[in-house]
Formats: sequence, C-alpha cells, structure tokens
Amino acid sequence: MTFLGWLTIFAFAAILTAVAIPLGRYMAAVYTGERTFLDPIMGRPERFLYRVMRVDAERGQDWKGYAKSLIIFSLAGWILLYFILRTQGLWNWTGLNPQHFHSGTWDVTFNTTSSFLTNTNWQYYGGETTMSYFSQMAGLTVQNFLSAAVGIATAVALIRGIIGRSGKSLGNFWHDLVRTTLYVLLPISLVAAIVLVFQGSIQNFSHYLSFNTITHLPQQIAMGPVASQEAIKMLGTNGGGFFNVNSAHPFENPSGFTNLFEMLLVLAIPAALIFMYGRMTGNRRQGYAIYGTVMLMFLCGAAVAYVAEAHGSPAQHAAGLHTQVLHGSTGGNLEGKEQRFGIAGSALFDVVTTVTSCGAVNSALESFTGIGGAVPFANLSASEVIFGGVGTGLYSILLYVLLAVFIGGLMVGRTPEYLGKKIEAREIKLTALGILITPLAALVATAAATASKAGRASISTAATGPQGFSESLYAYLSQANNNGSAFAGYTGYIQPNPGNLGAHGLKLADLLGGFTMMFARYAPILFALAVAGALAGKKVSPAGLGTMRTDNPTFVVLLIGVIVLVGALTFFPALLLGPIVQGLTVHLY
Amino acid sequence: MRKDIITSAIGILVLTLVFGILYPLLVTGISQVAFPGNANGQKVYLHGKLVGSKIIGQNFAYQVVKKGKPQVDKNGNPVTNPYLKYFQTRPSATTPPDNPASTTFSNLGPNNTATLQAIQSNIQSYLGLNCATTLTSKGTCSQWYDHAVTSAAQVPVDAADTSASGIDPDISVADADIQAYRISALRRLPRSSVLNLVSKYTHDRGLGFSGEPGVNVLQLNLALDQLGGNR
Repeated sequence: MTFLGWLTIFAFAAILTAVAIPLGRYMAAVYTGERTFLDPIMGRPERFLYRVMRVDAERGQDWKGYAKSLIIFSLAGWILLYFILRTQGLWNWTGLNPQHFHSGTWDVTFNTTSSFLTNTNWQYYGGETTMSYFSQMAGLTVQNFLSAAVGIATAVALIRGIIGRSGKSLGNFWHDLVRTTLYVLLPISLVAAIVLVFQGSIQNFSHYLSFNTITHLPQQIAMGPVASQEAIKMLGTNGGGFFNVNSAHPFENPSGFTNLFEMLLVLAIPAALIFMYGRMTGNRRQGYAIYGTVMLMFLCGAAVAYVAEAHGSPAQHAAGLHTQVLHGSTGGNLEGKEQRFGIAGSALFDVVTTVTSCGAVNSALESFTGIGGAVPFANLSASEVIFGGVGTGLYSILLYVLLAVFIGGLMVGRTPEYLGKKIEAREIKLTALGILITPLAALVATAAATASKAGRASISTAATGPQGFSESLYAYLSQANNNGSAFAGYTGYIQPNPGNLGAHGLKLADLLGGFTMMFARYAPILFALAVAGALAGKKVSPAGLGTMRTDNPTFVVLLIGVIVLVGALTFFPALLLGPIVQGLTVHLY
Repeated sequence: MRKDIITSAIGILVLTLVFGILYPLLVTGISQVAFPGNANGQKVYLHGKLVGSKIIGQNFAYQVVKKGKPQVDKNGNPVTNPYLKYFQTRPSATTPPDNPASTTFSNLGPNNTATLQAIQSNIQSYLGLNCATTLTSKGTCSQWYDHAVTSAAQVPVDAADTSASGIDPDISVADADIQAYRISALRRLPRSSVLNLVSKYTHDRGLGFSGEPGVNVLQLNLALDQLGGNR
C-alpha cells in the first residue's frame, strides 16, 4: 500500500461529491421542467422528437400507463437490437463491417440483446472478434443510451410518486426518456468522448491495422469508433466493452488520468441523482442521508479491496515472489492488472463499477485475491444500492429506505411514515417483493447452473476448487443485478476463429443468463412503479414530534443495518463456499 | 396500447439514427480534426513503414528458424524466442502473445495451481532473459549479467504476473532497471545512457497521483536502435 494509493481513493470520493452536487441541481431542473442552460440548444430537437414520435409530453400517466410505455418501448428495442446483431453479415455495404464478421448465433445473440436492453452488458461475445462497427454503434451504443434512460426514468417516476401531492400521475415516460437522453446523457457523453480521444482513445472507422513489428513478427491491431462508445458505456453505467478486455485495453483506457476520469463518469449520475432526490423532496438532508449511507459503504469496500490486492495472492507467494512495494515496482497482486493503473487504480475501478450496475473492468476480477474478490461479491449482494446503476440505484435504495422506515416504525410502535405519507401493507408488500426478486433470481440460476452438467460446462478448466463455484455464482449474481462484470473464465461462447466463424454458444449459460437479466430488471421496475403508484395518491400529514426522522445519522445507521442484514441473510452461505473460503486460506487447489 | 406501439416503433428507429449514427459520426468528425494522431491509434512508423501503435504492447521476439524453415506451432502461429537486445514487455495471455486483434485476460484465480505454474514459468523466462549463458533445464545459470536478478524474490511483480489486456504497453521502472543490465551488456552501451532513455520514456501518474508510472517499451526500443552501439 502507498500513500498515493490511499490518496487516489479519497481524492476520488471528494472530486465525485464536488461534481455530483451541481449535476444533481441541474438534473432536478431537467425533470421538474425548469429552464436549463441547454434549452436554447436542445429545445428544438426535443420538440421535434415529440412530434415524430406522436407523443403529448404534457399528458401525465398513472403507474400502469407509465409501465406500459416503458415495457413496450423496451420490447421494441429488444427486437431491433436482436435483428441488427443477427443480420450483422448483411451490413457490409455500409463499410462499417471492415473485417466482414458473420452474424452471431441465436443463443449468444439472445444473451447479448437481453443484456444490453437491461443495462447489464454481459460479455459472452468478444468485442473485437465478433462485433462489426455497425453493430457496436447502431446496436450497442444506442441501448447504452436508452437502457440508461429507462433506469433514470423509473427513478424519477418513483420520486414523483413519493413527493406527489395530488392525483395519480407519475409524469410522462416519453418526456422523461427524451429529456434524459438529450439534456443529460448526450451532452456529457459528447464532451467525455472528446476528452478520451484527447487523452489517447481512438475514434475511427478504418480496417484493423496489419503490419510487421520491429522484430518482424506480424501484428494486427483492432480499430473502431471506441471513444464514442466508451463515454456512454461509463456514463450510462452500462459497461459492455468495445474490446474483449473492456477498460483494460489501452485504446479504451489509455492512462492513469483516463482511469480516474472514467470512474467519475460511472458514478457522476448515480451520485447526482441522490442529491437531485433531496432537492425534489424539498429537504436536501434526505439526499445527504442517503449519500452518506452509500458513500460510507463504498469507501469501506474500496479500502478492503485495496488492502487485499496490495497484500498479494497465495499463488504469488507460493512462487516465491515478493509482493511488497519496492522502488519502481507496484508490488501486490498484479496478475490480470495493468501497470499504468497499478493496484489502487485497479481495485478502486472495479469497486466503482461493481457498486454501480456498470460492470466495466480494467483488470481481471477472476484474478483478484479471495478477499479482494469478495468485495465485488458483497457489492452485488447489496443489490445495486451502493450508488447503483443510473436510476436503478436510486429506486432500489428508496425501496430499502421504505423497508428501513417500516422496521423503524415497528420498533417504536407507530404507523411508519415516510415524508408524511403512511407506509401501509400494500406498499410494504410491493417493496419486499421488489427487494427480494433479484437475490431470488441470482440464487435459483446459480443453483441450476452448478447442479447441471450443461451449466458446469461454462466453468473454465483452470478454475479448480472453490474458484469454479465463485465463477458460477458471480455470473448469475452479476446478471441478476444487471451489472455485467464477470469472473471472465466463465464462458457462454466458443469461437475457434474471429468473426463468429464456426462458433457455437453454450445454450444453458446463454439462455439462463438472458432470462435472469430480463426477469431481474423488469420485475423490480414494475414493483418500483407500483410502489410509486400506491404512494402517489396518498395524503401528506405534517410531521409531528413522534415522527421518525429520515435525514439524520441515526437513520443512516439503521439503513446500513437493513442493507447489510438483507444482503448477508440472503448471500452469506453462498459467499462462504466461494470467495470467503479462498480468502481465508493460502491453500492452492 | 396501440399508441404506445406506434410511438415505440418510430421512437426506436429515430433514436437509433440519433445515438447510433449521428452521435458517433459527430465524435469521429471532431476527433479526426482536433486529434487525428490519437484518433487513429498513435501509429508509429519506421523508415516510412507502419511498425506499431505507441500505446499497444508488442512481443519483441523473432521467429525461430530451423534448417531454413520458419517454425510454426500446430495452430499456425510462429514459434518465437525473445530478442535479447530489446526490452521485453509483460507476460500476455493472448494467442499469439501481445495480440491486439483478440485480447483476453489470463483469468487465473488467486488460489489455483494453474496460476502458480504460470507465475513460475514467467519467473523462469525472466531469469532466463538475464542469464548470460542459457538457463539449464534445472533453472541454473552459470554466468549472470552484472547485478542481474538471480532469484524469484528479486523479480518485479509486473514481470511475473500476466497483464490484464495482454497488450500492456508498459513495464515497471524496476523491471526496466533490471533489463537495462542485459541491454547495456549486449549492446555494448554505457548503462547510464540506457537508463537515460528509460527515464525519458517513463510516464508519470495521472495528475501526479492516479495510477502508476510505466516505461513505454516500444518507444524505448525504437530509441535504443537510434542510439547506436551493437544492434
């Protein structure tokens, strides 16, 4: 461990907070319809989109109407993306398939399509060996924007339900979708993409470069429109890499600076949404309480991961390596990590992307030490509430807030209230379902995958002992949480040659994963919207002396307790069998 | 319902046009005008010929030739030996090593014997590099370069552990310092001039704190060839 390593973690937290507060203020203006500085630029395209899509953006929708629009729009996106990926070989005439890659097989395309629709971006496909530029742009990049916008829209709808003073309206889905993409995602992505190119990312449509190196060996370098996708991949907490090795690739993440910049992009919106929430409720302290909760949990995770990775792995020590920091050497567990990021930059990046639903990686999670790897596991076990994905994080933690209020209410023996609204049987049932559905999907799928021969076929041959179980559990935990990071030895696609030639999918992994992602994405969205609908029409009663406050440190402690309790109760037995047992032993399997 | 379907169908097509075509084209246009070098991959040319990208690692090795025939393995990839007069990049999990058209992690777990074997083999290769004769099958060396590393404990972790991308362009400063003994001996150059080049191609941390310093191996090797000495 080094001073600069710790500085990276804390400086990052400070910069994030400094960025998120003004962004939260701006986003509140976007969703409440106040004037923003982008109105003169985006006003016209916004009205144009409403006109061609034939929507009346002023018309409020109740929760069922909102949900119906959201689901049908997602379905349309699914069909188009599946079509684009399955017909990849037919788009050569555009010049955007310079390597003439064939189309993906149906099973892995099902998985990829489902994963991009659900903001998961699980990579059974290898970016530079299976995806044409056209698929990456018109297919994957588009869903990077839209799946992010769907998540944010759901969160905004839930907020409107919680604070709504009159009627059943949660706002208008199309209005939220269009404004999210035009006023938030597009402008930031555009600037971020240019910054990335400025720092060394690539952005072109040329053929892969083929040449002989200075020692006369052939080398072929994959090219493409990387920066435009990288920017939204991070900002929208999507995480599907342009390249197979994701943000470890020098073209995606060229330097220590871009590493920091990309981490900021990942957490900027999830953090800003929390401050936005505080503003929209009219009591910013509500936002601060949630922010404090998740920031505390985030920093704990980052610290544990950093210490564990800096210590080094049992395999390194068995080989006789010295893993302390020496002059000019990072020390630590550098297996599957890049020199320019080092230990702290790798550990922090992977904590940032596993607390959110991003799932991008700049180092191989599979090669993390037992305890270092247990941190991403723990982040996923907390069901995407520690910041969480864009939108998903906020609506998920608001469900936990309702649960905490309910438990707190039971403890003091009063009818629980949140922001003046009574939390009654219907709301708490929906909340509990919304919270439990993700762990349920993850555990059932893991059980199915580890208990069947077809499922075990996905485990990599080198992953002997508990590592094999860790791979499987992580795969379904990640897909159920719509995260998308992986213990990447776990495979769902066999590809002997680049370009999908002679390739075949591992059907069980592809299909089980695809269904898990869809189920664990849309079911919680529906429950969150239903909770919003149930709360929307409720009367607000003024806070009295006996009202439990939800904006003070006591509530922060209660909320952390509830999150840890639910996560631990659900996942502790499974985690014991994988990462924890590895973290507790130096035995090699 | 019907209205939602119509809106969705039109919406997804129009938004695909905006975010899938216009947005990437706009970024490409701006990048190609403002930062054409970066946008096209920081290409490196030698005598007018493309020889690599500044930020992509290479395998500085030569193809083994036996009886006038270049050797290939059963998958058709060249069988190679490290070119000792060049600095060597980090171990890579891609096939062939440092292949930027098909990147992959090693995906070796922390508690696996496969990982131990891979690390041991990387250490052996590294010690072999710095052995002035050749390493025997038992891993002993009769003559090391001056001050070169002679045991696993002295090998920097970046030289023993596989990189993430498989095409890491950098090595650690410690690794470069060690390899510089071999380079200066083989190229008959003073160690100080080799180290000068090493520090010239060492990049700092981002903003002074984010990440780690690294030595760019391709640029360093190209500069070495410019330096003269015994090529």
